Amino acid sequence: MLFAPPDEPNLSAMASSTASNRWLDEHGDALFRYAYSRLRDEHAAEDLVQETLLAAWRARHQFAGNSSERTWLVGILKHKLADHWRRRARESKTFEPPPDGDDAGQDDLLTRIFDAAANDHWRSTPSAWRDPDAALEQQQFWRVFADCLARLPPAQAQAFSLWEIDGVTGSDACKVLEIAPTNLWVMLHRARLRLRQCLESRWFEPTSKG
Amino acid sequence: MLTCKEASLLVSQSIDRRLSWRERWGVRAHLFICAACRRFKRHMEFLHRAAREYAAEGLRTVHRYGLSAAARDRVRQALAREL
Repeated sequence: MLFAPPDEPNLSAMASSTASNRWLDEHGDALFRYAYSRLRDEHAAEDLVQETLLAAWRARHQFAGNSSERTWLVGILKHKLADHWRRRARESKTFEPPPDGDDAGQDDLLTRIFDAAANDHWRSTPSAWRDPDAALEQQQFWRVFADCLARLPPAQAQAFSLWEIDGVTGSDACKVLEIAPTNLWVMLHRARLRLRQCLESRWFEPTSKG
Repeated sequence: MLTCKEASLLVSQSIDRRLSWRERWGVRAHLFICAACRRFKRHMEFLHRAAREYAAEGLRTVHRYGLSAAARDRVRQALAREL
């Protein structure tokens, strides 16, 4: 034959197109739920599903097949989530550079909270929270919680998210974050100090006492 | 005696790892005399519970639905453009 089969590239494109559409059909809902459970924002979650499937499509040759498609796609989604948090943190005015090693930013947080001149007492004493368990029943509380989480420096948000929310083991979390365990405890502590402050000011004491 | 700064760090770490005998003793002595850190400890326990509840609650909320038809179409078009 002197002529090449004319439609071959298109045929393979069509076959692949059905593959990515199949991902959407089979895993779209699950990916959306996962993203939504982390973000509490429908549109952002939809965007992440799209980004995830596009990234998966571009990286389709890297799918080794030694994990399930679902696991592979969720793995990509987790990266997209981390990117999303990083973007949010950069946009947010409250963003502080993430701690790497013992930079000044780290001490800043603790210096703001504890008064070195007064034997490291709380500058502002943690207040008594009224009925915290009732908060867990309220939709609005979870939006505040998600927002406070989004305001953390990205590395801390990721540490807290992996360890406290996803229940990833310490050694796995350290591998993902590329840090030593002692560093993980410190990051978690900082994340908690910030989350505590954020929840206190945004939920437990929404109006300042006059 | 531990400072509030030190005690709060150990309170936080007690969620993540088993404290040594000496650390536990130090925290207990500090909490005995410090109402602020006792409150902080309750907040940390709450935060721990809330974090575990957070993912579960999110899944319950969206369990009834997944991607909307409109979102699904948008994603499908985006994928088609990529070919």
